[in-house]
Amino acid sequence: MKRKMLSSSTILNVMYIPALIFFAVFIFYPFIEGIRISFTNWDGYSQQYSYVGFEKYWAMLSDKNIGTTIINTIIFGFGSTILQNVLGLAYALFLDQQLRAKGFVRTIVYLPVIISSLIMGYIWYFFFQFDGGAVNDILALFGAQPVDWLASGPRAVWIITFVNTFQFMGVAMTIFVAGLQSIPKDYYEAASIDGANWWSKFKNITLPLLMPAITVNVVLNIIGGLKLFDVIVAMTNGGPGYASSSLSTMMYNLYFARQDAGYAAALGNVMFLFIAIVSITSLILLKRKEVKL
Amino acid sequence: MKTIKYSILTLMGIVHLIPFYILLSMALKPSDDTSSKWVFPTNMTMDNFTNAWNQAHLSQALVNNFIITFCSVILIVFIGAFASYPLSRFPTKWNQFIYLLCISCLIVPALTILVPLYSMIVDLGGINTYWAAILTQVTFQLPLTIFLFTGFISSVPKELDEAGLIDGCNKFAIFFRIILPLLKPITATVIILTGLNVWNDYQFSIFFLQRVSVQTIPVALSQFISQFQNQISWVAAGCVIGMLPVTILYLFLQKYFIRGLADGAVKG
Repeated sequence: MKRKMLSSSTILNVMYIPALIFFAVFIFYPFIEGIRISFTNWDGYSQQYSYVGFEKYWAMLSDKNIGTTIINTIIFGFGSTILQNVLGLAYALFLDQQLRAKGFVRTIVYLPVIISSLIMGYIWYFFFQFDGGAVNDILALFGAQPVDWLASGPRAVWIITFVNTFQFMGVAMTIFVAGLQSIPKDYYEAASIDGANWWSKFKNITLPLLMPAITVNVVLNIIGGLKLFDVIVAMTNGGPGYASSSLSTMMYNLYFARQDAGYAAALGNVMFLFIAIVSITSLILLKRKEVKL
Repeated sequence: MKTIKYSILTLMGIVHLIPFYILLSMALKPSDDTSSKWVFPTNMTMDNFTNAWNQAHLSQALVNNFIITFCSVILIVFIGAFASYPLSRFPTKWNQFIYLLCISCLIVPALTILVPLYSMIVDLGGINTYWAAILTQVTFQLPLTIFLFTGFISSVPKELDEAGLIDGCNKFAIFFRIILPLLKPITATVIILTGLNVWNDYQFSIFFLQRVSVQTIPVALSQFISQFQNQISWVAAGCVIGMLPVTILYLFLQKYFIRGLADGAVKG
């Protein structure tokens, strides 16, 4: 019976063909085509171009802007991962107690998650803009000079990291809340009888049993941070110059503003490798730390 | 101790509401009012909203957003559910490979293949069309969808399939009559997650939907802002209008939104 069902079930494989066609046309083909384009000096629209080998890849090594962009991307990725996890865990631990109206606060903290990142970026732009920005108004109350917050690249990078954290920390919080609820309460009771204090309970029970939640959060946040695009466009558009660009906004610029499609494609491939390696490594490293209940 | 806890809780709520307070205060102030953004408007006006609505063509953008999101989500749900059934029920070596291939698309950032994708869409004549936007959105939401559906289907007991087989259903009827109706809860999650992603998408829409007649809310807002940098209160009103539809939906269905997200993440 079972054997018959299995052997004749290959016919059912037609059911995933539509999905495969989508992937083939809109991901696999462009992906391979992207590798080809990265070896050319194509400008993105003309019919003529020639193959230049690895020239575009070598060019990256001596391109200062690419260096800045990679460092920024790492800050966006790891900075917001650390911030979102620490804040998300703190919020989850705080909200994991009997409190009235905590559901209301959770709703508010989570609200930015569902709103377009572009709009979130604009809202925070109103805080950090030079003329009449909400932050400068506060500084003025204390008699301080207004600061042009987004005029300095490194500072803008951290401000954008903060905005990304503010928007998505609700995700980390929600996942940690679910994780905390799945930890059996008697573990804590047993530890209390043994005279364990809050910190040792946190270190020896909560943290190890939260590892699956941490894995999910870290991987989600790293991928999200390394891909960051909308918020940057809304707040600084990568500027001043390329000082707050990420790999994504840089690629957009290379292709549409500088019309260097070959270079943009090469950068796309590097970005793909970079994100794939970082996310897979962190997944493997974290999975190893997980304990089974 | 209790007072401290509730003070912290209140503080958390206020801090996270401040951005929205500032936005509303800006949007409701007459555009010549130069008082601080922190001061709530004394003479409220709706002019900014009417201006934003007309100048940014938001009515058209809303319609476009609805069409693109609706069509994408329908395709995503059906194509995703179809693909997930054989992948989860018959994990032969070949199917496991196909599954891995689908899931690995999760980590391909859409922008890395922007150059070839964009030039392909140009060649196909898809720039400024709904279909190109919809098909690309569907493609990039499918990996997550397949991931969620296969996870759910593998938790449905196989005995149900066998019972169907005994009752004389053919293989496809088992899927349509038995499995598909059981997928309701996970389908809700898929609709919420992918629907939000498509609704809020900017990185594809900005490339494929540049003309006013097809552009979505994020694209319309971004062009509006580069055009009216001096009318910042109009921009604020535009942002309020842009975030209103999902916010209303979220406030009514927040249980599903938050649970859907937790489901989606923890199953991994």
